[in-house]
Order: sequence, then structure tokens, then C-alpha cells
Amino acid sequence: MIDIAFTLNGAPCTVTAPPFAPLSDTLRERLGLTGTKEGCNAGDCGACTVLVDGAQACACLIPSAQVQSAQVETVEATDGAVGAVLARLRAAFLAHGAAQCGICSPGMLMAAADLLLRDAAPDRAAVRDALGGVLCRCTGYAKILDAVLDASPQATHSPLAGEAVGASIARLDGAAKLDGTDRFGADEAPADALWLRVVRSPHASARFSLGDLEAARGALGLEAIITAADVPGLNAFGIMPNLKDQPVLADGLVRFRGEALLGLVGTREAVAAVRDAALPITWHPLPALHGAAAASAADAPQLHAHAPGNLLIEGRLNRNTPARDVANAEGHFTTGFVEHAYIEPEAGYAQPAPDGIGMEVFACTQAPYMDREETARVLGVAEDAVRIRPSACGGGFGGKLDVSVQPLLAVAARKAGRPVRIIYSRAESMASTTKRHPASITARMAADAEGRFTSYEFDADFNTGAYASWGATVANRVPVHAGGPYRITNLRNRARAIYTNDTPAGAFRGFGVPQAAIATESLVDDLAEQLGLDRWEIRRRNAIGRGDTTHSGQVLHASAGLPECLDALKPDWNAMLAQVAAHNATAPRVRLGAGIACMWYGCGNTSMSNPSRMKLTLARDGTLTLFNGAVDIGQGSTTVMAQICADALGLPLAQFRFVLGDTARTYDAGKTSASRQTFVSGRAAMETGLALRRRILALANAGEDAVLALDGTQLRVGEARVIDLAALPEDLEAEGRYDPPTTALDADGQGTPYATYGFAAQIALVSVDTALGVTKVRRIVAAQDVGRAVNPTLVLGQIHGGIAQGLGLALMEEFIPGRTENLHDYLIPTVGDVPEIDVHLIEDPEPEGPYGAKGVGEPALVPTAPAILSAIRHATGVTMRQVPVLPHRLWEAQRALRR
Amino acid sequence: MGMTAYHRPTTLQDALAIRAGADVAVLAGGTDIFPARTARAAWGDPTHRDVLDISAIPGLRDIEETAEGWRIGCLVTWSGLLRAPLPPIFDGLKAASREVGGMQVQSRGTLVGNLVTASPAGDGIPNLLALDATVEIAGPHGIRRLPVADFLTGYRATALAADELVIALQVPRLENAQGGFRKLGARHYLVISIAMAAGVIATNTAGRITAARIALGACSTTAQRLPALEAVLTGVDHAQAARVVQPHHLEAITPIDDIRATAAYRRDAALVLLRDLLEARA
Ligand SMILES: Cc1cc2nc3c(=O)[nH]c(=O)nc-3n(C[C@@H](O)[C@@H](O)[C@H](O)COP(=O)(O)OP(=O)(O)OC[C@H]3O[C@@H](n4cnc5c(N)ncnc54)[C@H](O)[C@@H]3O)c2cc1C
Ligand code: FES
Ligand code: FES
Repeated sequence: MIDIAFTLNGAPCTVTAPPFAPLSDTLRERLGLTGTKEGCNAGDCGACTVLVDGAQACACLIPSAQVQSAQVETVEATDGAVGAVLARLRAAFLAHGAAQCGICSPGMLMAAADLLLRDAAPDRAAVRDALGGVLCRCTGYAKILDAVLDASPQATHSPLAGEAVGASIARLDGAAKLDGTDRFGADEAPADALWLRVVRSPHASARFSLGDLEAARGALGLEAIITAADVPGLNAFGIMPNLKDQPVLADGLVRFRGEALLGLVGTREAVAAVRDAALPITWHPLPALHGAAAASAADAPQLHAHAPGNLLIEGRLNRNTPARDVANAEGHFTTGFVEHAYIEPEAGYAQPAPDGIGMEVFACTQAPYMDREETARVLGVAEDAVRIRPSACGGGFGGKLDVSVQPLLAVAARKAGRPVRIIYSRAESMASTTKRHPASITARMAADAEGRFTSYEFDADFNTGAYASWGATVANRVPVHAGGPYRITNLRNRARAIYTNDTPAGAFRGFGVPQAAIATESLVDDLAEQLGLDRWEIRRRNAIGRGDTTHSGQVLHASAGLPECLDALKPDWNAMLAQVAAHNATAPRVRLGAGIACMWYGCGNTSMSNPSRMKLTLARDGTLTLFNGAVDIGQGSTTVMAQICADALGLPLAQFRFVLGDTARTYDAGKTSASRQTFVSGRAAMETGLALRRRILALANAGEDAVLALDGTQLRVGEARVIDLAALPEDLEAEGRYDPPTTALDADGQGTPYATYGFAAQIALVSVDTALGVTKVRRIVAAQDVGRAVNPTLVLGQIHGGIAQGLGLALMEEFIPGRTENLHDYLIPTVGDVPEIDVHLIEDPEPEGPYGAKGVGEPALVPTAPAILSAIRHATGVTMRQVPVLPHRLWEAQRALRR
Repeated sequence: MGMTAYHRPTTLQDALAIRAGADVAVLAGGTDIFPARTARAAWGDPTHRDVLDISAIPGLRDIEETAEGWRIGCLVTWSGLLRAPLPPIFDGLKAASREVGGMQVQSRGTLVGNLVTASPAGDGIPNLLALDATVEIAGPHGIRRLPVADFLTGYRATALAADELVIALQVPRLENAQGGFRKLGARHYLVISIAMAAGVIATNTAGRITAARIALGACSTTAQRLPALEAVLTGVDHAQAARVVQPHHLEAITPIDDIRATAAYRRDAALVLLRDLLEARA
């Protein structure tokens, strides 16, 4: 430890810290300035960006000793030139919707401040260069660029009663994300908390035995070492209600690299100092099954007793009998593991209740109620003994639906009898949490002479990794969607989820549908080529619409706007084709290409009840509070629910207060997944608002269209009536609930799996340097049927973010266990990789949805990769059937074509 | 991590004494040291060698023009290079400085640190080879100088002894010379090179090449010059230079297959990069 004297945010500061500790750590843990985030501790994400002597730098790469006598500015700066620039930037970020989850925002703000202090009027290219070192996984960067270019005080507007839905208001939870005060999983813990470090398997498949842990504990100065034997309840968790196949701590056998086997509990210094090699673990490595093909081989060892042939589940859809037709296309497609790469690694703490039973867990999550259920089972206590307080969630995208730190923390806290905290390292997060399923797909498609699709067949193996996680959901959802949003009468679809010794695959924006779309849209292009039809034209002829029947036999009675999406894109499509033709006529090396793809996506769980419930109170003191259990992981559900509820009730949004996602205070609003929150929880919020409105109207004996106005405790109802809330015997309270109507699927996958579907189409313009195989996406135009855009800025944010992730899937993202467990070997798009995006919002209202709205979260990602592949083919003549299209893969495919 | 001793001397003599007395890791900008530490700790090895932080030693941050050329102090960062008023011979090095990581890394990471790490993908290294730079090394017995090519002894290995420090790089003057750099990566910012080409070309008033120094990076265990190509380029009209490059000029390189690319692709891409580099008048 040394004393370090420097200037921090304009004021002198002296801190006692280890000289080699990263500055980010000293700021966060010793100075309490948690606005500076840590996403990787390797310089790769930029979340820790601060200014040192006026220049942006990664605080995670600076030894604390080096700031002796330096000037350091963080997102907490309020004074001086930096404070002034930050204030302007914050206002612009808020107004432009540039912060979604907000975990990257402090780094973005500091990088932008660095630029604006050097250059008061930069152009877009200069802003890109300045922000190039900060990753954002949510926004697709466009709104961030807009905000930095418009860093000035902004007019804020608060909608009047009845005008909230449809208004692009700033997110209600935005201010805290921009001044560094929002509390993410790593930002809060009791002062007396011990630390937990998890020891993980370096082997993909191995038996192990443990030696004298008590001796090791003593020698290493730890409070406790937890093992499978310390799990008080069931040492198992998992998504499926009747399949809890993953141990919290492995019991003698590990099935993937990164599986947890021990928890070291003690002071931070003590747990951090332990070398795994110093622990009494004896490994007996076993042969590992990598990939679904190896695991489905006849002689493959069986990984789980309940899964002969390592088959977790097979999902099917059969409708009539597929046959060949005039045009026939077939292909084999492969996709790899994709990492969610949220910038916030999992973190949180658990606090045991003094009674030895209760447990409170504060952690980042997408599914607090499921966390409660899993944690209670692991502890062997009743569910209501566990309280889950979701922290701000620094990105999820499906990866924070499964529990990660929660049961580990609970077991450790129970054993230690004290609060225990943990922060996953980036490598740990990447090695141990779920991924997108790699897929191996064979598909066939046929069309008649007019280009009408007549038959479709799909057969896919999804590698679900060592444990089931959401594998069953993928296997159920994929057959329903695989054929794409087209009228097809004959289908035969199969999707299997296969256990392997790879990282567990779970939920990731789209649940297997993006992989299937890559195959199907490629076949659609094949059919168009065979029939000499334009790629837009063939899609428009087959686009499913209102009154049509889906592949599972469901009639789409309303809100099926794919034809409108395609029509909206037509002028851009024609212009793109003309631009490509003109350019390619004279440019042999760098060629342009245009591509197109469509998608559909069922909102909510597949054929399963997935209700949401909310509560609204108008207290006698005049406070109006919405109790909303939906977790906002950056997509903006907190804001959207409020907008919907405000209009349903008929009072202005500004009068609302909120209690958010806390299992002890809010009702279950389900998971933030499957694009269900706006649709399902939004409808519950609407019902809640309407219910309170009915109570008020009844109380005042007023007519249905009476206008409400709240002033202190005086509630005016219509022209004539005033209710004095203070004089009421109790607070006014109302609840609303919604569960989308679905039916079970039969053995042939027929039924009504979803109450509504989102539809979208995208076109992409790419350039390919054919000599180097390098693809650059120049432009994306998206058209998406969202039912109703409750908050257009937030909807655009979802679409931009989905497109950026789709671009990553197409061109650069590939998780390889043991090889790409960091953010410099695993590449996600930077601000320089995402093109300009134009969006047409199509609003074909969904009668079941609140004010016509339906889900938007996942759909935007689905068409992007196939549209880019379509464009690469247009540019080069090469059909890429494997993603990501890394430069060397495209180069090889071009050579194979020429041969 | 608690046990690591940390030295931050304020004179070169003290630094050399510490270096001579113990096995220490030299730390300048820390942009290689910290990620390496994070990667080891992630899989259960939190230990670290003692650290010798040289950043408080005065006089090592300057770029000076000398009689022979330029002397770049060992604490000069990528942004320091970008800010410095340097002639066109440095354009390749400047281009590399602009493409290393993001601005955060550029503002702290040093060129010398990049060289000493000796990664095959270090963007500074082919540029230093093309600049014909010499490494100035201080040790217990005084100063010695080594050409960059001799300083690099293998994959992440250098000729630096455990008791020595690099204190500067020396770049000789070359009249009418222009530097250039081409980097190939799988994304726009923050990307490790799949392959790269650097060159310094001097021309006479007639536009003929009087000296050519060309190097490739990420195509072998260490970056290397291409003497065969340089020889045939000399005397060629610069406008025709790109056409001179042929696959056999790359025979000495030994690219590998890894997660970023295949060896065959690297070999071909290197050829394309070289032609592009020469097309753009290095
Ligand atoms: C996010 C990120 C992106 C990056 N992108 C790129 C990239 O695109 N291209 C690229 O080439 N590099 C890249 N790098 C690595 C690059 O930043 C480093 O190579 C940097 O230049 C090293 O300088 P440093 O001062 O930070 O070195 P340090 O980390 O301090 O040291 C690096 C090595 O050099 C030794 N050393 C340093 N100075 C001396 C000296 N004077 N005498 C003896 N030994 C010394 C150290 O002991 C250590 O072994 C990236 C790094 C990060 C974190
Ligand atoms: S935490 Fe510093 S760059 Fe990621
Ligand atoms: S808002 Fe940028 S990472 Fe979430």
C-alpha cells in the first residue's frame, strides 16, 4: 500500500492503495466512485474510460501509482470544463436515447468529453474515432453518435394526460445511468461482505477428487471453501420445470470447461491471492464431446442419465407432405456459438437473514422470480424466504435469464453466515454462462413456376452444451418459425437439442430463429435465382399477411404487416440495386451487393402460460405508484409500462412514482425475454391503469370519458366531482393481469403457440474487397411491424441494437471455448462497424396488445445476418453457408467458386 | 496480488539498479502488462512478478531530431507520435499509431513497449523494421545498440537481458523517403492485425525508387523485412512498383493457422497488402 496524491474531479485527493491495483479498482473500491465501470479489465471494452491529464485512458490499465500528481476526471465530475461538457452530453444522451442499459455510458461520456474538449465542433468521423475504444452492445451506436454531435441543452417535454403512448419521451431511469449513480451488480454491497471466488474446471470433461480442504482453507487464510456438500438444498438448477440438470457446484464430475467446483470465501485479498494450483484438486480428464456431431455419434458416451444418445429434446412441425416442384433449393448451413457480450459481467451479493433461513440477493438479472425459485430450491427453503432485488442490468440479451451468481452467493452466504459478494471476471463470464446455440442445419425449399413456395423441409441439430438451459425452448420455437414468414402449405421441420461437453447454450435474442433464418432466406434467394425472379419480388409474392394461416395452422386475424414492411422497402431496394449495378460496372475489386431478408417472431413463451401482473396505488397522500415487476435491462420497459399505464388511467406520466422489480414488493411480471414485456406486461399495465380508473369513476359516479386531474390530495373527476383522497378510508389500489391466449401444440406442431407475431424485413448494402475477402456493411434499411410504437425512440433503439448484433453474427462473432474468452479475441462490432441505419416503423395494431403494441426486442436481429449474406452473394456470386463470414472464409469460398 | 513489490524510481540509475538486483517486470504504459495479468488470473494464477515502473523517470518522453535522424524516447506513446511534427518517412508509423487499439490505448501505450512485447501482431514492429530503427539499450555496463531485426529473436522473445532497459529508438534519416502502412483486421477499431505491411520508399526526382524497405507483420513468428523484394524494387519507377511484387518475394514468411485466419489466406493477403502499399506510393 502506498499513499497516492492526485487531483480527482478538480479537487485534491489522497488515497491509500496498492500501487499495482488498476486505477479503476482504486476509484471504485477505495474511493467509492462506482461510476467508472469495469467490463473486462483488459482495455477491450472502454467502460472504464476516464481522463488522465486531459486524455482518455482505460482506468483498468493504469497502475494506481501512475496517477501520483496527475489530474483524473471521472463521470462523477461536475465542475470545471469537464463538468460543463459532461452536463451537455448527458442532456443529449438522454434526449436521443443514447443510453440503454447504461453500462457503457460513463465510458462513452468520458471518451466524448475528451473529444469535445479538444474539438468543439467535430464531424461524425471524428466522433467515431474518439469513441472507437468504447464498446456498446445495446444501441448500435447511432444514437450515441447523434447525441455527441448534438451535445447541447435539450428541451424536455412531459406528455399531457392521455398523450404518453406514442411519445418519444426520454427513458425515466436515464438520469442515473448518465451521472454514474445507477447501481449495477458490482456497484453495491454491504461493507462487511466477504468475497467469493469460484474455482472452475480447466477441462471440458473430467472427474475430480478433492483432498484436505480444511487444511487448505487454513493455510490460505480463507473463511470457507464451499463444495457440492455445502449446498443445503438441491444441488441443481435449470430452466425447464422438470429438468434441473446443472449443479451449482460440480460433484466429482465436470461436463464443460468453466464449470464451477469450489467457492473460495474470504477477504478480497485472500480469495484473490489463491492459485488454483495450490488447491487439493486431483483431475482425471476424460475424452470430451465437442460439437453436436460428435455427441450424436453412435459410440459417443452418454453425458446425462436421462438423455440416451445425448438427445435433450426434438421439436417437430408437420403440415401436409413436402414434395419437389418446379424450382428446388437445398443447403447445409452452420453457425457457431455466439456470446451475449453484455458489457456488465455478472455480479452481486447475498445477505443472509439472521434467522438462518431467509436470503436476499442483489444481482443483475432478467428474471427475478425465476431466480427466487432457483435460489430457494438450492437453499432448501420456501420461495418467500428468498428476496431478489435486481440491480441495474448492464445488458442481458437472454444471457441473464439463467441464474449465474445467485445460487453460488446464496450457498456461500449461508455457509459464512455473512453477506458475500462476487464480481465475475470477463473470462469467467464468457466461459461459464450461456451462449447462442451453434446450429447445423439441412433445409430444402420448393416453389412453383410462379415463384409460390410450396414445400419446406428443415432438419437441425442445436448444440445445447453440457446442460439443458433453454435448449428445449429453442427446439420448440424453431420448427414453428423455420419456414419463415411465408405462405407454405407443406412442411416437415425437425429441431433437436443435443448435449455436448461445450459451454451451455441458452437463450439469446431469437432463441434459434436467427440461425434458422440464415438457412431459409438463403434458399429463398436460390429459388429466386432459379426462377429469374427479383429477390424482393419472390418474398412479396409469398409474404404471409392478415387472414393467412401459419405453418402451425394458426390464422393471423390481425397485425400481420410483413407485406407493408416489404412495400415500404421497395423504393430503397430499387435504388440500392441501381447503385450496385452502376458501381460494379467499373469496379472489379471492391464490389457492392444488395441483400434482403424477412422474419417473423412469436411474442411470448411458446404455447405456455406466461402471465404478468401489476399493481397501481393512489394513496391518501396523493402519491400515485406503479408496482412493476418487469426488469428493465436497457430496452426501456420501465418507461413503456409507465406510458401505457398513464394513458389507461388518464393522468399525466409525470405524476407517477415507481416500485420496480423486487420480489418482495412487486408482482411477478415474468421474464424479460421472448419480446414479451411490452406486449404481455404492457397489457397488464394497461389493465392495471384501467382498473384503477374504473374504481375512481365508480367512486365519483362519473361517466366513462370523465377527465381526471390530480392536484395534491385532490382528485378531480370530470367537471363536477372532486375526491379528497385524504378523506378516504384507505388508499385506492387496483391490479391488472394478462396472460396471452395460446394453445398447446400437438405432436405435429399444430396449434396456436403465440397470441401475436412481430414481422420485419431488412435490406443491406455491403461492399466486399474481393481481394482480401473483407466485407463492410454500408447501409441497412429496416421495416418492422411493431403494432404500435409506444415510444418510437426506444423502439428505434431496439432495432438499431438488434441490427448491430445481427451484423456481428454475420461477420465476426464466434465463441470458441478456451480460445475466445475475452473481448479482443471475441470480436463484437465497434462504432466503426455499424453502418447508417434507416428504419420504417409499420404500425399494424395488435388487438390483444396494449394500444396495439407488440414485441420488438428480438425481431430486429433476425433478418440482419441473412440480408448481409444475401448482399455478399450479390456482390461476389458466393453463397456463404457458414457464419461468421470471416475474411479468410469468404476468400476461400471465392477461390472455390473460381476453381 | 498482494505480494507483488512495486518500484517506481525517478532516475535511470535507480531503475537499472533495481533491474540488476531482482527479476522484475518492466512497466511503461501497462497496456500489455495488465491484460496479460487479467488473463492469467482468470484461470487461477493471480501471481505476478515484481514491477519496475519506469514512467516516473524524466527525459524519456521526447522525440528529438539528431544529426543522424531521430531519437524516440522509450516512454513516447502512440498519441505522442501522432502529435509530433515528423516528416513523411514516419507516415507509416503514424498510420499504425492511429490504428492501435482505441484512443485510450494510444494515450498510454508506448512504441517501445510494443517492440519489447515482440508479438507477431505488434503494429509498431514492421514500421520500425522499415524505418531501419536501432534499439538503444542501457545496462549495468553502459549503452549498447542493436538493429530492430537483431533485437527480435523469436516469438515474443528479444535480445534484451534481464538487467537491461530499452531507453530509446533511433531512426536514421533517409532523404525523399515516404512511409506507409496497411493493416488488415476483422473489424474497424480495437482489432489485432490478421496481417500487415509497412514500407519506407525513397525516390529520386525522376520518380525512380532509390531505396525500398518493406516489412510484413503477423505473417511469421516475428515481423520481417523482404530483402528480395526490396532488391528488385530499387531502380523501378515508383508508379510501376505495385506490379513488381510477386508471390516468390514472400517465400521467407511462415504464416500460421489461428482463430483469426488461415496460413494460406495470410500469404495471399500479404501479397495484396504489399501491392496496395506500393500502389499508394508507400
Ligand atoms: C485494447 C488494446 C488494444 C490493443 N491494440 C493493439 C493493436 O491494434 N496493435 C498493436 O500492435 N498493439 C495493440 N495493443 C498492445 C499495445 O497497446 C502495446 O503493445 C503497447 O504498445 C505496449 O506499450 P506499453 O507501454 O503499454 O507496454 P507495457 O505493458 O508497459 O509493457 C509491454 C512490455 O514491454 C516491456 N517494456 C516496456 N517498456 C520497456 C523498456 N523501456 N525497456 C524494457 N522493457 C520494456 C514490458 O516489460 C512488457 O514486457 C493493444 C492493447 C490493448 C489493451
Ligand atoms: S474495463 Fe477497462 S477496458 Fe474494459
Ligand atoms: S447501453 Fe451501451 S452497453 Fe448497454
